[in-house]
Amino acid sequence: MRGAGPYAGAMTPTQTSHAPAPPRPGLSAAQLAGLIACPRCDAVYRAVQPAPGERAVCMRCDAVLIAPRRRAGEQIIAVALAVVVLVVAATLAPFLAIEAGGRAHASSVLDAALAFASAGPAAILALAVAALIVFIPVLRALLVIYVLAPIVANRPPAPRAAAAFRLSEALRPWSMAEIFAIGCAVALVKIADLAQVHFGPAFWMFAALVVLVVIQDGFMCRYSVWKSLER
Amino acid sequence: MEVAGALRTAREMGLVACTRCTRVWPAGTGRCARCGQRLHSREPKALQRVWAFWAVGLMAYVPANLWPMLETRTLVSTQHSTIVGGAVELARHGNWGIALVILTASVAIPVGKFLAIASLALGVRHGSALPQARRQQLYEVVEYIGRWSMIDVFVVAILASLVQLGAVAQVSPGPASLFFALSVIFTMLSAQGFDSRLIWDAEPAPLAPPLPGGRPA
Ligand SMILES: [Zn+2]
Repeated sequence: MRGAGPYAGAMTPTQTSHAPAPPRPGLSAAQLAGLIACPRCDAVYRAVQPAPGERAVCMRCDAVLIAPRRRAGEQIIAVALAVVVLVVAATLAPFLAIEAGGRAHASSVLDAALAFASAGPAAILALAVAALIVFIPVLRALLVIYVLAPIVANRPPAPRAAAAFRLSEALRPWSMAEIFAIGCAVALVKIADLAQVHFGPAFWMFAALVVLVVIQDGFMCRYSVWKSLER
Repeated sequence: MEVAGALRTAREMGLVACTRCTRVWPAGTGRCARCGQRLHSREPKALQRVWAFWAVGLMAYVPANLWPMLETRTLVSTQHSTIVGGAVELARHGNWGIALVILTASVAIPVGKFLAIASLALGVRHGSALPQARRQQLYEVVEYIGRWSMIDVFVVAILASLVQLGAVAQVSPGPASLFFALSVIFTMLSAQGFDSRLIWDAEPAPLAPPLPGGRPA
């Protein structure tokens, strides 16, 4: 990993010039536990915890391997709680309201998902849309809280915490609340000249979600979480 | 972090790495004892899976473009618009900017994704003119952008739920929305199935680049 530039101190390649290559077949369990492999390119390093705020980056493919932050656990739990509250509230409140020709109509996220329900074979899309913008983001946030709360409280990990965190990680690409938020803005532009459109309270909640999701993914150091689940 | 001597891959060291939690285990270990992930030094059927999902995604993308995405009923007319048709209509009304955005999001990016995944998979088999770092970046862009294509489906859902103004205007989703969603989902699965370690396997891991103050052994 890189020892120069913004990551200075994150790694110390210079100390390794005399490090003996580990004996090939017979690495002890303790030696294995001290190694880390880049998930992108398979390069193996001896893990050295960087100082909080610094990052250890793979020398070969630039993937960020370790990026610990001070008090990250508390911050992620706070953000996850906010995500749960926002998604649930935003599901029920209207996010856009429309007015044209003397008629008005407001729409909530639930309505948006149900828009497909009457469309014959596309009805399954209703379920998929609800899952992508409501159920999966909430489930992910709850899983993260379940996994991190005992760690933050210096307690032993919750039962099946590893499986919970693995599920949360697997669901990450399928959690699309923030994409829906941008979709609201696009829809607004598309019908702006057809009708008068107003933002509802849920729109602002989803806008806040965009920011929260970015923070949530930026703060989380996966390596640190797995490391603390190991005990 | 430290490199123990030359930079080597887990496979070269007789180890298998967990791509979920970065732990390493002796080769042949079936499951990661830390996180429970199934371990493969290289996903054995990775490329077949990439191509299978890729083909399904591409097949879904054809009806997604041929059939209407939106059906708009107003007082005077009923209009079925396809993705490209809708953009052309916007352009004809002078909304060049929005037309361009729609064409980029619904045509250029999906097509670019199919080409990028295909070139990554072909590059593993037959070698590639692109350097490994470039291909890795390409893979990361595809992984990042892939889910954003779902925005089109969400826009259809939003419009269909919102524009319910009785006789004045009514929008309902067309059959293309289902196929477009399927295309996005299968393209995402295809990209996820790609094992990026295959990009780097073509060449042996290089020695650590020389750094001021020391030279890795
Ligand atoms: Zn693992």
